[in-house]
Parts: sequence; structure tokens; C-alpha cells
Amino acid sequence: MSIVKKFLYVNRKAPYGTIYAQEALEVVLIGAAFDQDVSMAFLDDGVFQLTKGQDTKEAGLKNFSPTFRALGDYEVTKLYVEQESLDERGLTLDDLQDIQWEDEDDDYAEKPSIIVVSRAGMADVMADQDVILSF
Amino acid sequence: MAYDVNGTTIEHDEEGYITTLSEWTKELAEVISKAEDVDMGEEHWAVVNFLRDYYEEYQIAPAVRVLIKSIKKSMGPEVGNNKYMYELFPYGPAKQACKIAGLPKPTGCV
Repeated sequence: MSIVKKFLYVNRKAPYGTIYAQEALEVVLIGAAFDQDVSMAFLDDGVFQLTKGQDTKEAGLKNFSPTFRALGDYEVTKLYVEQESLDERGLTLDDLQDIQWEDEDDDYAEKPSIIVVSRAGMADVMADQDVILSF
Repeated sequence: MAYDVNGTTIEHDEEGYITTLSEWTKELAEVISKAEDVDMGEEHWAVVNFLRDYYEEYQIAPAVRVLIKSIKKSMGPEVGNNKYMYELFPYGPAKQACKIAGLPKPTGCV
């Protein structure tokens, strides 16, 4: 019998400029193979990682934002986004990609992965974890 | 190290994955599959095409578990199961099929 732990990957940095965001996503995809309860949190500039319409051509970097939409296949279905971080950057939920996961137990119904929570709510999410990894 | 496709050379890494993804063609897939000793049938192509579509949409090569689950959903459980997928691609349905599909090695594979 194995014990399922709750893992939260905290993303605080903008998607490009540093390698943190892309590496964090890679770690999540690899870690998802171990049948743990994995979720992600997006705070501060980390909320920019989920914005839609990213175009990295001029920067000569790979646009990895479509990969967030594959997370559901890896059973990563909870992407917590902090409301205050969105507000402070003039963003709303409409500026973020529409990320969904298919619930196999509910006739493959598509359900939203992004969960917007307040700063206080985010503290509760964090308090509920066994392991928190910060990027 | 390179593959030769009708006189054109396509560079690959030490494991056989091509280095410039845009250089992939069906003819190249045939050449790689021969080097891998895989006889490409309809179902092999279906898996290769699926992988290319997945990469196009999500910018990653899926892990084997995700691949088999998705194939099961799109092509049915007769094809989308571990045993059959390993019969199609004995060296690993994700690893070997990604190589033939001209994609990077799947994330999380060693």
C-alpha cells in the first residue's frame, strides 16, 4: 500500500526571462507519474504563465504555454490562481487560457482546472499540503 | 550522426532522435523505422500521427501512460493497451514511436 501525498508546486515568476516556469512545468509532468495528488499554485508574476495568446517568436524562445492544457492528461487538475495577484496586474480570469480536464468518472465531462482563490484562500490551500515546492 | 533520406542527410542525436524537428517527413519516418527494425503498418502510423498531433497541440511528447490512455480513448481498448502497444513498438511505445514521429524524447523518460 502506498501513501498518497499532496504536492503543491508554487509558481511566482513570469514565464520567460528565467527558466523557472518552464522547469517547474517539466518537474510537474515528471512528478505526475508517481500517482500523487499534484496541484499547482500561481502567485505574483507567476499568473502571467497562464495568460492566453502568448507569442515568443521575437524572443526566439519556445512558447510552452500550450503544455498547461495537457496537464489534465497527467491528472493535474487543480491550478490555483491568486485573485490579488491577478488584480494587481490588471488581469482577470478572461485573460487566462481556458484549461480543462476530462473527468473519466463522469463520462469524460470537461471541467475547468483553474480555481481562483483569495490570498487567504491560498494560505488555506498551502496549509493543506504535505509537500510544497517553490519555483 | 545522420539519417540518409534519398540523398538528404538529417542530423540526429546519439539516441537517434532528430535534432531539427521541422525536418521530419514520412519518408524519414520510414528510414528511422527501418533502423529501429519496426515494420510500419496502419496502426503504427496511427500512433505516429497521434503523437505528432499531440505535440502540435501541447508542445510536448506525452508520457507513455498518457499516450496509451489517449489511444485507448481514440482507437479503442484493442489498440490502446500496454501489451498491444509494446507489440507495435517493442522498445517502448512512447520512446520508439516518438523517435519515428520526429519528436523529442518524451518528458520523464530516462
